[in-house]
Amino acid sequence: MSSDVIIRLEAVTRVYKVGVESIRALDGVDLQVRQNEYVAIMGQSGSGKSTLMNILGCLDRATSGRYLLCGQDTTKMSDTQLARIRNKQIGFVFQSFELLGQLNALRNVELPLIYSSNGWFSRKELAMEALARVGLADRVKHKPNQLSGGEKQRVAIARALINKPSILLADEPTGNLDTHTSEEIMALFDRLHQEGQTIIMVTHEMDIARHAKRIIRMRDGRIVSDSSTQHDLSLHGSDGGQ
Amino acid sequence: MRPLLNGILALIQFLYQSVNLAIGQIWANKTRSFLTMLGIIIGVGSVTAVIAALSGLQAKILTQVQSLGTNTIFIWPNRPTTGPKANAPWWEIRFKPEHFDNLLTYCPSVARFGRTAGLGRYTISFRDKSVEQVEVSGTEPAVLQIQHRTVSIGRLISQMDELQARQVCLIDPRLRDKLLLDKECIGQAILIGHHPFIIVGLLEPRPSSIFGGQESENLEVFIPFQTSFRLNRDPWIMAMAESRSAGQSEEALAELRSFLRRTRQVAPGEPDTFNVQSLENELRTFNKIALVVTAVAGGIVGVSLLVGGVGIMNIMLVSVSERTREIGLRKAVGARRVAILAQFLIEALVLCLMGGLLGVGLGQLLTWGIANIPKAELDMAYIPWQAIVLAFLFSGAVGIFFGMFPAIKAARLDPIEALRHE
Repeated sequence: MSSDVIIRLEAVTRVYKVGVESIRALDGVDLQVRQNEYVAIMGQSGSGKSTLMNILGCLDRATSGRYLLCGQDTTKMSDTQLARIRNKQIGFVFQSFELLGQLNALRNVELPLIYSSNGWFSRKELAMEALARVGLADRVKHKPNQLSGGEKQRVAIARALINKPSILLADEPTGNLDTHTSEEIMALFDRLHQEGQTIIMVTHEMDIARHAKRIIRMRDGRIVSDSSTQHDLSLHGSDGGQ
Repeated sequence: MRPLLNGILALIQFLYQSVNLAIGQIWANKTRSFLTMLGIIIGVGSVTAVIAALSGLQAKILTQVQSLGTNTIFIWPNRPTTGPKANAPWWEIRFKPEHFDNLLTYCPSVARFGRTAGLGRYTISFRDKSVEQVEVSGTEPAVLQIQHRTVSIGRLISQMDELQARQVCLIDPRLRDKLLLDKECIGQAILIGHHPFIIVGLLEPRPSSIFGGQESENLEVFIPFQTSFRLNRDPWIMAMAESRSAGQSEEALAELRSFLRRTRQVAPGEPDTFNVQSLENELRTFNKIALVVTAVAGGIVGVSLLVGGVGIMNIMLVSVSERTREIGLRKAVGARRVAILAQFLIEALVLCLMGGLLGVGLGQLLTWGIANIPKAELDMAYIPWQAIVLAFLFSGAVGIFFGMFPAIKAARLDPIEALRHE
C-alpha cells in the first residue's frame, strides 16, 4: 500500500452485452502500477488489452470491481468528473495520431487546455514547451498534412503531455510508422520515462514492448503473465534505452 | 474571486475558440456552407427588401401628407358595390357642379373647398407647332391653394377668371418649350382644341405625388373651372376641401358626407355614391395595408427560414458524422458533453448568422435595386434597423433550434465508439 501507487485495479470486470449473449472482455483483473513505471500490455486481438486501456484511460467504466487512480475511486464518478480526470491525469497517444487537420501543430497541442480552466494565460508557452520537449520546436505552424508520420506522432505526444498527466497511455503508438521512425518514437518514450513519466502502452510487437520495463500479457480478459523485461533484454542483447 | 474570474475567462476562451473553429469549418467547406445558407440568405434578403419597400413608401407618403397638410380632404364619385346604384353606369354616378352649391354654409368645419373638372386630352397648338394628348383640367382657385401650387411667372387663376369664365390658362414650362413660345409667355394665346386661351401663369413644377398620379411626367394645363364647360359639357368632377384644423377633419368628413348625400339624393340606408377621404384617413388605411403585407412577408420568410433551418440541420448532421473521430478525440482529451454540444451549436449559430448577414446584404442590394425602379415611387426605400435586428434574431433562433438535435447527437457519442469510427 505504498503511496506511489498510481493505478490500482481490484477485480475489474467488463461485460459487453451483444444481444442476449454477454462477452467478458475483462474478467477479474487485479493490477497495480507505480509512479514512473514503464509498462507494455501485450496480447492478441480479443485478449482484452484494448478494453483494459479504455478503462485505465477513464473512457469506459468497469462493470464490477474498483479502479483507483491516484487514490481516487473512479468507479462512482459522473461523466463530467471522468472528463476532468481524462483532461488532467491522462495523456492519450493513439495509433493513428488523431490530430485535427485544420489546426496547426501548436493548436493541436493546445487542445486539452481548451477544456480545462487553468493554464489560460500560459497556453501558448505550455504548448511551445511541450513541442520543444518532443523536438518539434521548429514545426509549430505546420498543419498535420505538412508533417511526416513520425512528426505527427510527436505532436500527438506533445498534446498528451501538455497537462502534465499522471500517466501516458499509448495505444499501438508505432502501429502506423515504419521501423526507423518507430525506433525514434520509442527513443522519445524512453527519454520521457527517464524524466519521470509513467507510461503504459499497448502493443503486439515484441520489438516495441522490450522498451518497457514491465510486460503484462493478456488472454481472454485475464492477465496471464506480469514480468520485468530484464530477462527479455538479455535475450535481445540490447539495453532498450539510448 | 480568483476561481470565478478564471472560470469566466475559460468560458470566453472556449467561446472564442468555438467561434473560430466554426468559422474555420465553414470556410473549409465554402461551397457546402454557402448552399446551406442559401435558404436563410434568400428568406432574410427578400423580407428585408419588402420591408424596405414598405418603409420607403410609408416615408414618402408621410412627407407628402405633411407637405399637403393632414387636413386635406379628397372627394370623388364612387360606384357602391351594393344597393340600387351598384350597376349604375358611370355617367349616373358622376358629380354635377350644383352638387356642391352652398357647401361652405352647410359644412362649418370646412375652411375652403374647390372643384376640379377632368376634361380629357386635347391637342394644344401655337402657330404651326402642336402637342397632342395633353391632359387639361378645369380648376377653382381654392384647389390650387390647397395643393400649394405656385407660378414662376404670371399669376394663378383668380376668382375673377372664374366669375367671368375667362379663357385663360396656366401651363407647364415644358409645354412652353415644346410649343416654342416666348420665354416670358404671359399674354400669348394658344389653342386648346379649337378654343383660344391666354396664358396667365407658368406653373412651378411640383414633385411627383402618389395621390395625383405622375404630374411630374405629364404636361399640366389648368383653366378656370367655369370655363371647362365650353370644352366639355360633361367633365369628370372631383373636389378638394380643407378642414379648419387637422383635429376637425373627422367632423368635416361627416358634414361633407351628409351634405353630399342630400344634394345627390341618396336615400337613407343606401350606400354612398361618392368617397370623402382625408389624407389622415388614407394614411391609416395605408398603414393597415402595410401591416398586412408585412405580416404576409413575415409568414413567407418564416417558411423559408424553416426550409433553411432543415438544410442547416441536415448539414450539421453530416458534419457530426464526418467528424465523429474528432469528437471522440475531444472527449478523450477531456471535453465534457456540454463542451461538444456548445461547439456544434455555435457552429450552427455562426452558419445561420452568416446567412442572416449575407441575407441583409442581399436585402440592401435589392433595396438599392427597387429604389432605382423608375416611376415606382420607391426611391425612399430603406431597411429600418429593427428589421435588421429581427433578421439576426430570427436567424439565430433558427440556428439554435435546428442545430440542437445534431449537437445533442454529437454530445452523446461514446468516445470509444467515436474513436473507432472510420
